[in-house]
Amino acid sequence: MDRVPILKLGDILIVSIQIDLQDQSVLALQEDLSEQVVATGARGVIIDISAVEIVDSFIGRMLATIAGISRMLDAETVVVGMRPAVAITLVELGLSLGGVRTALNLEKGVALLNHIESVQIASATR
Amino acid sequence: MGVILSIPADAGRRRIEELLQENEDRVFKRWLEIAGSASGGQVDRSSLASQLRELYQALRQSFGDSGDLSDLRGLLAELSRTRARQGFTSTETAIVVFGLKEALYESVEDDASPEALRGFIWFSRVIDDLGLFTVESYATAREKVILDQAEQLLELSTPVVKLWDGIVAVPLVGTLDSARTQVVMEKLLQILVDTGSEHAVIDITGVPAVDTQVAQHLLKTVVAARLMGAECVISGIRPQIAHTIVTLGIEFGDIVTKATLADALAHTLRASGVEFTKSRGSRIAVRTVED
Repeated sequence: MDRVPILKLGDILIVSIQIDLQDQSVLALQEDLSEQVVATGARGVIIDISAVEIVDSFIGRMLATIAGISRMLDAETVVVGMRPAVAITLVELGLSLGGVRTALNLEKGVALLNHIESVQIASATR
Repeated sequence: MGVILSIPADAGRRRIEELLQENEDRVFKRWLEIAGSASGGQVDRSSLASQLRELYQALRQSFGDSGDLSDLRGLLAELSRTRARQGFTSTETAIVVFGLKEALYESVEDDASPEALRGFIWFSRVIDDLGLFTVESYATAREKVILDQAEQLLELSTPVVKLWDGIVAVPLVGTLDSARTQVVMEKLLQILVDTGSEHAVIDITGVPAVDTQVAQHLLKTVVAARLMGAECVISGIRPQIAHTIVTLGIEFGDIVTKATLADALAHTLRASGVEFTKSRGSRIAVRTVED
């Protein structure tokens, strides 16, 4: 079974999905990711799906689940690099990925996480 | 009557072929006259004459070649296609073919032999077939023209313009249907990826009516853009349209809607962090020339 690698960059974890996801690898990814978030104390998770060409409702639900798990562990999830065809498919499937933040690419995703943090700090110190 | 029926079909057919050959000039002249008057002043005589000459030759040849009509059909299809493109009606096109019947009938009447009459019935059947074929080719050509135009319209009517660094706009003009919305959606999303724009404005000033289906399409586009990490603003909602939307009970949810494109631009600029101020006391320079 292929495992999806999880990269750590500062206090952000980056997951780049470049394989066809099977049920098993998705479950493994969820487990690995939650362990990594706890172990590193990450404040943000970025899931890069720019290489994903085909999606179904399963992958849509996976993204929502990962976002839910990360939020429980106090880390924001950003899905980046979704292709137009994928976005259209998800909309046609009726999945709007509520609660998941999105960005056009990895760079904008990192910027978004930094922005969220600065907003949180500003509101905390007020 | 009995006399005519007792004549073998071949004899009648041969007689017609002979008539077509003997009276070629007369029949052809009459045919050109009929076809010319049916086409009005829209076509010049010399090109029509050369076209008909070709058809006439092909027709005679096909009678010689034991009824192989493929050459003739090719010519007729070409004629129908050009006429469909030039904007002739189907009647005007068909009369060109049917005119030959009338043109030949005069010669048959003069000949007054039973063979010729019998042959004329056969000839008329052939021309009817060819006439139907012409109308059919005409319709096919016309349909193709319409299809091409629809496609061109689809390409024409969906421009995506860049308003600012990171802000694109799609001015929609004309009625929205699912096919068009699909094109708009795909084009907009692709542009968002290509330019890395985080904001998009969908301007519906030019959309005459918004019903539940159009609203559904717009919502889908906005949600798809959101999935990719871009925010959409819908602008250009006229009072009547706002009224319709509310009456229909369509929920736009948390999607930002603005009355004009200017408002939408101001909103997106603010959202992308651009600050702009109106310079106070803008002056009008007046220079007086003293002599």
